[in-house]
Amino acid sequence: MFDDVRDLYNQTILTRGRAPQHMHRLAAFDASAKGDNPMCGDRVEVWLKYAEDGAIAETGYLARGCEISVVSADLMVEAVQGQSPADTKALFTAFRTLVQTGECPDCTPALAPLQPLSAVHKYASRVKCATLPWLALLAALDGVNPSKPASSE
Amino acid sequence: MTDLARIRADFPILNETVRGKKLVFLDSAASAQKPRPVIDAMVHAMEHQYANIHRGLHWMSERTTDAYEAARDAAAGLLNARDRHEIIFTRNSTEAMNLMAHSFGRGMLKPGQAVVISAMEHHSNIIPWQMLRDAHGIELRVAPITDAGELDMPAFTALLADGKVGLVAITHMSNVLGTYTPAERITQIAHARGAKVMFDGSQAIVHRRIDVQAIDADFYCFTGHKLYGPTGIGVLWGRRELLDAMPPFMGGGDMISSVSYERSTWAEVPHKFEAGTPAIIEGIGLKAAIDYVQAIGYDAIAAHEAALTDHALARLSAIEGITIIGRAQDRGGVVSFTLDRAHAHDIATLLDRQGIAVRAGHHCAEPLMRRLGLDSTARASFGIYTTPDEIDALADTLTKIREFFA
Ligand SMILES: Cc1ncc(COP(=O)(O)O)c(C=O)c1O
Repeated sequence: MFDDVRDLYNQTILTRGRAPQHMHRLAAFDASAKGDNPMCGDRVEVWLKYAEDGAIAETGYLARGCEISVVSADLMVEAVQGQSPADTKALFTAFRTLVQTGECPDCTPALAPLQPLSAVHKYASRVKCATLPWLALLAALDGVNPSKPASSE
Repeated sequence: MTDLARIRADFPILNETVRGKKLVFLDSAASAQKPRPVIDAMVHAMEHQYANIHRGLHWMSERTTDAYEAARDAAAGLLNARDRHEIIFTRNSTEAMNLMAHSFGRGMLKPGQAVVISAMEHHSNIIPWQMLRDAHGIELRVAPITDAGELDMPAFTALLADGKVGLVAITHMSNVLGTYTPAERITQIAHARGAKVMFDGSQAIVHRRIDVQAIDADFYCFTGHKLYGPTGIGVLWGRRELLDAMPPFMGGGDMISSVSYERSTWAEVPHKFEAGTPAIIEGIGLKAAIDYVQAIGYDAIAAHEAALTDHALARLSAIEGITIIGRAQDRGGVVSFTLDRAHAHDIATLLDRQGIAVRAGHHCAEPLMRRLGLDSTARASFGIYTTPDEIDALADTLTKIREFFA
């Protein structure tokens, strides 16, 4: 019945959705922020730990939301591992283009873990689900006050 | 309803397909579809009978004024208002409740007095009172609900005990739980404590005959687009003596009786509350919608929707993993639910691929969601054109969605 949604709900998404790999809070962290999609009630909180060179050493998150927002957060943790803040921001820009258009002109190998979400662009109302955890991550990188959630775009 | 097929034939949009599938529209509580007579009335106005109203001395203006004012009579009839001047046109329910918070809240309530709302309000019946609280020193009290999703009457009564409550502003039917609140008991209890009562009838008016005199309400509001009418037009009904005493809401043309730089005086109700050129074409459309609903009749509507709701509750309850949110005794055609294996958004996306439109999210009722311990629900809601087959399609698809996420 749902063959036509297998692009969005592909095997990676379904498997991750059932058993996210990185959904946990960091006991010790350097930065954190919340993301909140007021339109639909998805919520995510992200914690970051930096390495000595300023790169992302560890990321944890807790999310309450749909399959797409949870899996996006889970894949994001892998994608940003070891990246500098500047590279992380560039990665998000490329990822956003991917989920908005399905195309990825500036694709770097770093984007590979996020490819399972590429069909999101066919589901306009779900793009915000995929970008929400990233907006929280960027807010944490920018040191935005954690009590004021980053809003979805 | 015996002539369900005939009713469906009145709604052109129901013939549409969505991605090659027949549209199954189960989102009428967000906004209802429009029958041919509403569409025709609005097109007719624009093609044959349109000018600004209450201003021109020419034929077109007079005829258009008559058509627009006929909507006021229709709304007065719909609510069984005593006086047609008690009908104020607004943009929607939201504007009606903002008008209330401004003109009744600031005009009639004194700092230190309280407003009571319930724990199952739409944001539009929360935020205006919060703004009033912060600007005008009004206390905001929230009457709790039971786990079944009904107004907790002993707690509600207790909230009014100190006599400080000037207004109860409460939904007549929850857009999330489907619960009707007991309007007559609410007005009895409130009036005994000196409080006035405003009902948010945005949902209730769609499903039930409303008689504002019989329920002894002081104010009642609804929004046209949920009642098969156009967007951009809503109604606030209020008792004449209260409306007369209240200051205006917005200032501008049409709401004055005389203007000078020193001092202006206000027009009589309802015009005092209707500043500027109103939604003329939408008003004409609303009249057509009211006429349409009344021609079908609330007895038939209520019977049809009660049968649909029973059918939906039975079918959805039988699906493993589904939890129905809200188990009120007295309820209307709105059914919220969660599914153990899938989030409401994922459900909505998969249903949409089968042409089935439902709402997913917090339904503009975040505090209620928090009370229920949920972030979101999926919601199916029914209208006069909904068929049992459509509910079966929903139930069958939900069963398959649960398998999909196995
Ligand atoms: C119970 C209730 N109150 C108020 C509203 C607000 O209606 P509107 O957006 O037309 O002002 C709605 C609908 O969204 C509703 O369901």
